[in-house]
Amino acid sequence: MAYFAPEIECASRDYLRAIQSARLISMVKNAYENIEFYRKKFDEIGLKPEDIHSIDDITKLPFTVKTDLRDNYPFGLFAVPQTDLIRIHASSGTTGKPTVVGYTEHDIDVWAQGAARALVAAGANKDDIIHVSYGYGLFTGGLGMHYGAEKMGATALPASSGNTKRQVQMLMDFGSNLLCCTPSYAMFIGETIREMGINPADLKVRAGIFGAEPWTEEMRLEIEKSLNIKAYDIYGLSEIAGPGVAYDCECQNGLHICEDFFYPEVVNPDTGEVLPDGEYGELVFTCIGKEALPLIRYRTRDICALTHEKCDCGRTTVRMTKPRGRTDDMLIIRGINVFPSQIESVLLELNMNPNYLIVVDRKGNLDTMEVLVEMQPEMFSDTIKAIETTEHKIEIALQSTLNVYAKVRLVEAGSLARSEGKAKRVIDKRKEN
Amino acid sequence: MLIKQISVFVENKSGRLAEITSVLADNGIDIRALSIADTTDFGILRLIVDKPDQAEKVLKEAGMTVSLTNVIAIGIPDTPGAFAKAMKVLSDTGIGIEYMYAFISRDEGRACVLLRVTDNEEAVAALRKNDIEIFEEDKVYKM
Repeated sequence: MAYFAPEIECASRDYLRAIQSARLISMVKNAYENIEFYRKKFDEIGLKPEDIHSIDDITKLPFTVKTDLRDNYPFGLFAVPQTDLIRIHASSGTTGKPTVVGYTEHDIDVWAQGAARALVAAGANKDDIIHVSYGYGLFTGGLGMHYGAEKMGATALPASSGNTKRQVQMLMDFGSNLLCCTPSYAMFIGETIREMGINPADLKVRAGIFGAEPWTEEMRLEIEKSLNIKAYDIYGLSEIAGPGVAYDCECQNGLHICEDFFYPEVVNPDTGEVLPDGEYGELVFTCIGKEALPLIRYRTRDICALTHEKCDCGRTTVRMTKPRGRTDDMLIIRGINVFPSQIESVLLELNMNPNYLIVVDRKGNLDTMEVLVEMQPEMFSDTIKAIETTEHKIEIALQSTLNVYAKVRLVEAGSLARSEGKAKRVIDKRKEN
Repeated sequence: MLIKQISVFVENKSGRLAEITSVLADNGIDIRALSIADTTDFGILRLIVDKPDQAEKVLKEAGMTVSLTNVIAIGIPDTPGAFAKAMKVLSDTGIGIEYMYAFISRDEGRACVLLRVTDNEEAVAALRKNDIEIFEEDKVYKM
């Protein structure tokens, strides 16, 4: 059993609370003194930094939401002058303005520590080559895992995403030991390995750390089979830090949160009330370990539950369940909530390729949902009847999971776009009209 | 006795047939007969070619979803009632027909009808017993 930071990861709950209390007090002071937005918010509710005495006082603090970042675009929420910043990242910003996050040298180190803890928890050691196929750039995936790998003393290979055949060649020739990328790209790498006639067992890769998009337990098994590795989940979000906010250990029974840097709460998304362990709600983070963007009770829109029970791996840090989905990934079809990850589960249960595309539209006043699924050679039969039977079988399985009808259309194998970064799973035409 | 037919899954997208057939053209594969079964969203292109195994290989390599299916080819003389007789034989034997298509063979004044049935062996036996001509593989590929 190896840990990157045993003094934190295996610390007593009392010790962790003491660290959290001290850090919360100083981060609230920093936010109040240096960020006008927070000063106004505190003053409105008559709250002073001196009112915060321990981590238990966190519920006195107001929430921060994503639009607060947009409203203060680009640098309005930074608590430090630009001279103290050493890096800026920005989210992909599929809707509206991107969210911009600045990092001081200390912040980058905090993030690298999180990623390093994740790597060691996934079994990485200093002799390993860490093949990083997340995109490098404004997106946090690539540089996050890169700094994590360097922090723990392994060898970082900044492959970035794209040119998949060359990536596979490097995995072979360099003998990389760990692979880091999105789960959908891991599947694509698996397909490419087969296409190139390589047996995954001939690669030295023994584990992979995958994140940046929601994925299911079934997908984990699929990737493990396809690449002949153990697959670990990692959690992060650009507003807080990239990958390394929370991570899987070998028990894979919830993701350990770096709660000495990022204090988690789960709240009822409607009332904001804090929920006890085991209850699902919206995950909220307070960046007690960060300087440049000390977000207070930031609402992630991710739905999960927490547990403070000690893990079999020896870690005492709080664990979060795999997020069920992000409230903003959620589709509402005829009044029913649908998460794309549910469709992935159904397809994998039916032994089908989990590369799918959801097309949502509105005909008259009625929402329609169509799911495009790739035909696989072994599914192809020469008769129309057999193909329609397959489509119908998927429709029935989807209906029983989603409680709403989705038309299934089989498309040619390989015809849905393969993603090298975050997979695009939904086309919502209702928004275009 | 059974003919290897190539079946290709085709999405309803313009240009798709041109792509598929140009793969065959580039590999010097000659098409003997074809038919398309279509629905709103997809179709199945069924082909009889001179080199079915090679056709399957090159189409697969080009990323197409392909399968080989065994069908029966029967020769029907150009006289009224000849085709009806063949159909009656199958119907009397209780053999179902999934689909069929036909072409006129070049040299012998007969039509070649390609049939996919529920039971190939039973169908062939019944047709032979009633003196309906079953074309051999090589003959069809070279027609």
